[in-house]
Amino acid sequence: MVFETRGLTKTYLMGEVQIHALQGVDLDLYAGELVVMLGASGSGKSTLLNIMGGLDTATSGSVRYRDQDLTHASERDLTLFRRDHVGFVFQFYNLIASLTARENVAIVTEISRDPMPPEEALARVGLKKRLDHFPAQLSGGEQQRVAIARAIAKQPAVLLCDEPTGALDSKTGIQVLEALEHINDEMRTTVAIITHNEVIGEMADRVVRLRDGRVEGIHVNDRRREPRELRW
Amino acid sequence: MTGAANPASSAGRGARLRALNRKLLRDLSALKGQAAAIALVIASGVMTLMIAVTTLDALSLTQQRFYEDFHFADVFADLTRAPEAVSERLRGIPGVNRIETRVKAPVRLEVPGFGEPARGLLLSIPDGREALLNQLYLREGRLPDPGRADEVAVSDGFAAAHGLRAGDRITAIIRGRLTTLWISGTVLSPEHVYQAAPTDLLPDYRRYGILWMNRRALASAYGMEGAFNNVVLGLEAGASEARVIAEVDRVLGRYGGTGAYGRDDQHSHRFLHEELRQLRAQAAILPTIFMLVSAFLLNVVLGRIIRNQREQVAVLKAFGYHDRDIALHYGTMTGMIVAIGSALGIGFGLWAGSGLAGIYTEYFRFPELRFRLQGWVILLAIGVAAGAAMLGTLRSVRAAARLPPAEGMRPEPPARFHRGWLERSALRGWLDQPTRIVLRNVSRHPLKSALSVVGIAMSLGLLVMGAYQLNAVDHMIDTQYRQVMRMDLHLSFSDPTPARVQSELRHLPGVLVAETYRSVPVRLLAGHREYRTAVLGMDEQPYLRQLLDGRQRPQRLPPEGLLLTDYLAQDLGLRVGDRVRLEVQEGHRQTVTVPLVGVVDEPLGVGAYMRRAALNRLMREGPAVSGAWLMIDAGQEATLFERLWELPAIASVGMISEAEGDIREYMADTLLMFALVFVLLATSITFAVVYNNARIAFAERSRELATLQVLGYSRAEVSWILIGEILLLTLVALPVGWLIGTGFAWALNQAFSMDMFRVPLVLTPGAYGFATAVVLAASVAAAALVVRRLHRLDKLSLLKAVE
Repeated sequence: MVFETRGLTKTYLMGEVQIHALQGVDLDLYAGELVVMLGASGSGKSTLLNIMGGLDTATSGSVRYRDQDLTHASERDLTLFRRDHVGFVFQFYNLIASLTARENVAIVTEISRDPMPPEEALARVGLKKRLDHFPAQLSGGEQQRVAIARAIAKQPAVLLCDEPTGALDSKTGIQVLEALEHINDEMRTTVAIITHNEVIGEMADRVVRLRDGRVEGIHVNDRRREPRELRW
Repeated sequence: MTGAANPASSAGRGARLRALNRKLLRDLSALKGQAAAIALVIASGVMTLMIAVTTLDALSLTQQRFYEDFHFADVFADLTRAPEAVSERLRGIPGVNRIETRVKAPVRLEVPGFGEPARGLLLSIPDGREALLNQLYLREGRLPDPGRADEVAVSDGFAAAHGLRAGDRITAIIRGRLTTLWISGTVLSPEHVYQAAPTDLLPDYRRYGILWMNRRALASAYGMEGAFNNVVLGLEAGASEARVIAEVDRVLGRYGGTGAYGRDDQHSHRFLHEELRQLRAQAAILPTIFMLVSAFLLNVVLGRIIRNQREQVAVLKAFGYHDRDIALHYGTMTGMIVAIGSALGIGFGLWAGSGLAGIYTEYFRFPELRFRLQGWVILLAIGVAAGAAMLGTLRSVRAAARLPPAEGMRPEPPARFHRGWLERSALRGWLDQPTRIVLRNVSRHPLKSALSVVGIAMSLGLLVMGAYQLNAVDHMIDTQYRQVMRMDLHLSFSDPTPARVQSELRHLPGVLVAETYRSVPVRLLAGHREYRTAVLGMDEQPYLRQLLDGRQRPQRLPPEGLLLTDYLAQDLGLRVGDRVRLEVQEGHRQTVTVPLVGVVDEPLGVGAYMRRAALNRLMREGPAVSGAWLMIDAGQEATLFERLWELPAIASVGMISEAEGDIREYMADTLLMFALVFVLLATSITFAVVYNNARIAFAERSRELATLQVLGYSRAEVSWILIGEILLLTLVALPVGWLIGTGFAWALNQAFSMDMFRVPLVLTPGAYGFATAVVLAASVAAAALVVRRLHRLDKLSLLKAVE
């Protein structure tokens, strides 16, 4: 087991509104699996991902990563946890505009224990020829693949992806999903993808449905479908 | 828990921030306009600090060396005449270490080829041995040959002004006798670093010279054989100056001693001391202002950079960068701006410092004024700049370092908007949509808007202060020479003269008005404070030498009582109605107590004033006068000078227009040059502040503006949103800036008030007008620059991109 959450809640203020993002989430993630978390906007899926990734802390409940308790971890321990174990992919790529593709990956490999060279990470997502391009010179799909390269370059145990195809058309989105599946297959990295796109669930080992900050149901697929078989 | 050390990251720490450093450089180069503006402000602060501290150091050090190496005396005393044997009693005073008796003779000088009268002071030097105190530094030639009675060494300022060299000849009138003197060399003395005549504020090298002659020769020419009329004493370390002075006064009292005094009251030392005091004020005030402004700018700019990069910060943290890495990143960004600013400032400072050295050697005659660049000064300047930068950025950097990554990843919550009072008011109907956006943008972040307003107001304040200096110095000199000193010539007599001389003077060719005065050297005492000056006895309402009241109106002298320059009264802690002890330093040397009946507002020098009849009574003498003021017909000046020159009773003739010219030149060299540099710096700061504000407003609004353009708003309408905001903030800043400027000017006025001059706190509409014009021009230029940027904006890509 990689992650284990019990009774997780999260409440925060957004402007003048109090948001109950999570209202008691119990969930386990297993090593090497590809999980898709489905939910509408506001279902709490991003919040859950952020807490599992050590980006945020829960209001109550517990979260464990392997034998490490993240619930009460200090800011410093969370930083080290993220540095050593987690790779993130965000909906809007969040690349640093002033750095090239290679440098955007290097900014992570430079602080990692056992990284692969940035060039290799970019080659794995099919961007061997775009090493020295700035984000502004890349298409949306390419930018997202740079973000994936950045996330996998440190060879993390888990890859947490927040709406990785949300800003992309379906064709480019499928390329990105192929890259993620490839990572999961080849490197045995646990991959969690959150999305509101039902179709993507078909490529997962398990599909977790979230609604109003709770787990509504978990469905285990008999067979994972290839991303290229998906249509939306 | 991952408690174990992280070998890769600690081993490669030096190299591992390479990508982050590259981001730093690219961010900086994208910000180069703003960064350069801030660096310039820092450079200004570093430069002023360096100049002030370096000059202060150079002057103090040179002064100290000159004083030590050439044995500058500690106590000085003048007397009528005492036999040489009295010197033994002075030597016996506890605490006295060295003593040198001298003969001191005021003389009139004639220099071949120079048509005007000049004044001089002849001082004796021991025959055939070096003086124990106030030794001479030989600039050229040699000291007078002990065997020769007609050789003198002359002060280098006088020699240079007349092109006199060793071997040249001048004529002196000593005790009415014309004597030809040969120049053996030119010299400098620690006693006359500042070579102004005792009654003058500024050195006039052409009309005042100091000459040194062998003791025996001078004594015989001046009727002082076997006697002395001046003595200087050196004290043992730790000796009480006050006690020695009291003893010296006791010994010399019966020989017509006019009161011994320490270095503080020594003419040359006092001016040097005042100059150092002023530099100290400068070293503290100006850099402080610049550094505060740069701290403020860094705060605004870096704060907004970090806010715009919050998602980048969040991503870096998501991937495991520590808080300290983020802090270091933005700290380094600040550090680089500080480094560039400091380097520029040090460069400018070195260049300007060596220029200043030239000015100082004109006014202070040292063997050599050496400007040295000391490591600690540079470190101090950089330290102050870094401190200011830290002050300005600590909050933003800390906020970035502590930003919770999940929060940074979320878009900033939409700002809370509400309808302001302006929109609820009757004006509502008048406001179009873009104007409403402007008003809401400004009012939704009151703190941010307030900071922008304060920034503009501060730079406006600096400009007001700079313009104030430029205007006020002129105003000060005009007041002194149009309202206070209205005479053309100032005569002083060698001895008190019967008052009827006034009618003789009036009948000289070319004299339009003549007024006489009595001048008596005194020591003013009030509590523990004392001040040596002269009381000027004048007519009830002098026309040529006016006494102004606080509202610049000429005032009458009451029949009894004393008036003091307001600055002097304040310095002595006196108010009108208080009684002042007055120790006369001439004649019977009586001590009397007189009431302070009024204060006089005058910008140059300080003085004490009385009705002449009252002063004569106090001196127990008839109607005697010490000098006269003349208003003359310029056409007959030459004839008049010839006649005056023939009157042996006249010790000196001063031309007021010359003095005014000297003062103007001095001000132009010192205060005004500083003020001009200051105005230039303030102007550049204003542009920096205004441009920074505009750029940031642009950066924050560009998406919104692009949206509006896509929705069909015209360029002009969209530009108005930017221009309107800049304009609105500038207009609000104007009155605040006028207030701040007035405050700055007041602070400067307080810091720079001294005996020699007091720049009045006169803020003309012109000063405010100039400052306002610069700010408006800067706003227009900044608005034009950002509007041009707006027009070049790629709207579509901006709409697609996500902040």
